[in-house]
Amino acid sequence: MTRFLAWAMFLFGVAYFALPLFGMTEFSLRMRRGVYSLDAYRVVLGDPQFQATFAYSTVMALLTIVVGVLVVVPTAYWVRLYLPRLRPVVEFITLLPLVIPPIVIVFGYLRLFNTSSWLPLTGTAAGTNLLLLMGYATLSLPYMYRAVDNGLRTIDVRTLTEAAQSLGAGWATILARVILPNVLVAVLSGAFLTFAIVIGEFVMAALLNRPAFGPYLQLMGANKAYEPAALAVIAFVVTWVCMGLISLVTRFQKFTPAPR
Amino acid sequence: MAPFLVFTGLFLILPTLYIVVGAFRATDGGFTLQHIAGLNTPAIRNAYWVSIRISFWSALFGCAIGLGMAAAVIHGGLPGRLRGPLMTFSGVASNFAGIALAFAFIATLGPAGLVTLWLRTEFGVNLRAYGFNLLSTTGLIITYLFFQIPLMILIIAPALDGLKREWREAAETLGASTFQYVRMVALPILFPSILGCFALLFANAFGAVATAIALTGSSLNIAPILLFAQIRGDVLGSPGLGYALALGMVVIAGVANALSIWLRTRSEKWLR
Repeated sequence: MTRFLAWAMFLFGVAYFALPLFGMTEFSLRMRRGVYSLDAYRVVLGDPQFQATFAYSTVMALLTIVVGVLVVVPTAYWVRLYLPRLRPVVEFITLLPLVIPPIVIVFGYLRLFNTSSWLPLTGTAAGTNLLLLMGYATLSLPYMYRAVDNGLRTIDVRTLTEAAQSLGAGWATILARVILPNVLVAVLSGAFLTFAIVIGEFVMAALLNRPAFGPYLQLMGANKAYEPAALAVIAFVVTWVCMGLISLVTRFQKFTPAPR
Repeated sequence: MAPFLVFTGLFLILPTLYIVVGAFRATDGGFTLQHIAGLNTPAIRNAYWVSIRISFWSALFGCAIGLGMAAAVIHGGLPGRLRGPLMTFSGVASNFAGIALAFAFIATLGPAGLVTLWLRTEFGVNLRAYGFNLLSTTGLIITYLFFQIPLMILIIAPALDGLKREWREAAETLGASTFQYVRMVALPILFPSILGCFALLFANAFGAVATAIALTGSSLNIAPILLFAQIRGDVLGSPGLGYALALGMVVIAGVANALSIWLRTRSEKWLR
């Protein structure tokens, strides 16, 4: 009886998830009347605007990862080693982007950094790009911080630092050549998740008026029939690849927790 | 520490504070409650109310179905091999929000969608005749479940793992049926966890803007869409009112998150 209910529940869920995925795939193949074809994909992939926006968002995602690593790794390391009492505060701050809706954060950007403010970032394209990049880094902060902090938990930070110091290494060397390689798997997990989030992000890019993939998707959705389905399939595949890479790198991790 | 504080201060704390302060600042710079009071119009009240309803129902169904699926795989006697794939898929689906998700549901349940057409041609069931419309609150709830259920599975799984085998065996020794075990042992222990997850799912749905915009354009009056329109073109005709609207969203999401954290910390006492 229990098992029957369990199977029923599970299969109901599977059906709910499978239908939209099947639906969008089937719809994306229907562009040519009467037969299944890859026409929608051909049109989408050949669209210069698709190429431009997808490239823009890819570059943005990669830069976000770089900024995230530069901000998070030294902070998590420093807190763990010297300021354990500040931990709750730092953890609280890193969780804030999950609490404050992104639309409110970007609303603040538009007011705080407008053309008549002390730091007029929205005045130029480069400035707005920078602002969007910082916005994305903020969005990724909770995931990045948690991943890196978990990574640091599995290594003996203090011993590694002292060993490196006694060999004459400076802070930059310790972080880049001792700590980072040791938490690389954690950093990569955070990085792939960040990539998945940034690539299709809509609200920030739309309100900052940048030519990113998210606003392009919305534009296509409002004007086309079959292309959006093909784009949804592509977006889903990208998300899936990112998650797949996370479990792949985690599996390759040589798991040797430090003695406490 | 310095880079972290500068970064979060400049791009997280200050922008949010600016909005919060703006909600209480009169045009001459003084303090005012006028903007907050200004929220009390039928249109804005309605926008919040629809948002809260959508978030509530999608969180409720998300919790129930997510809990059911997680329990089925973890304690329901299903093959253990299903667990890994379910968790991986949940990771993917909980991050598959936004515009693309809306497309997937339009292609499935929209006017020309797969399921809609199939029901009509095979069974003669016209969804539209039954009053179903994807571009409505019901449609939004069904769509939101696609990221709510997996999120629930991911966050409730550790709590389900914490249910000790001994408790079940003790209950069975005392003659309890499965139903009695679930009702009198498992559910009370899990309850704070479940409530905490509910609050988290609520906040998650409340802040979702992109899916709603792609699904309904700006035809549906919910708080985030109203705020989006306000930021783009001051539709409310008062910048201060826009800040107040944003502040309302922060407060609701903040309360839901605080509740969630408090409840989930409480439940950990039992499940370690």
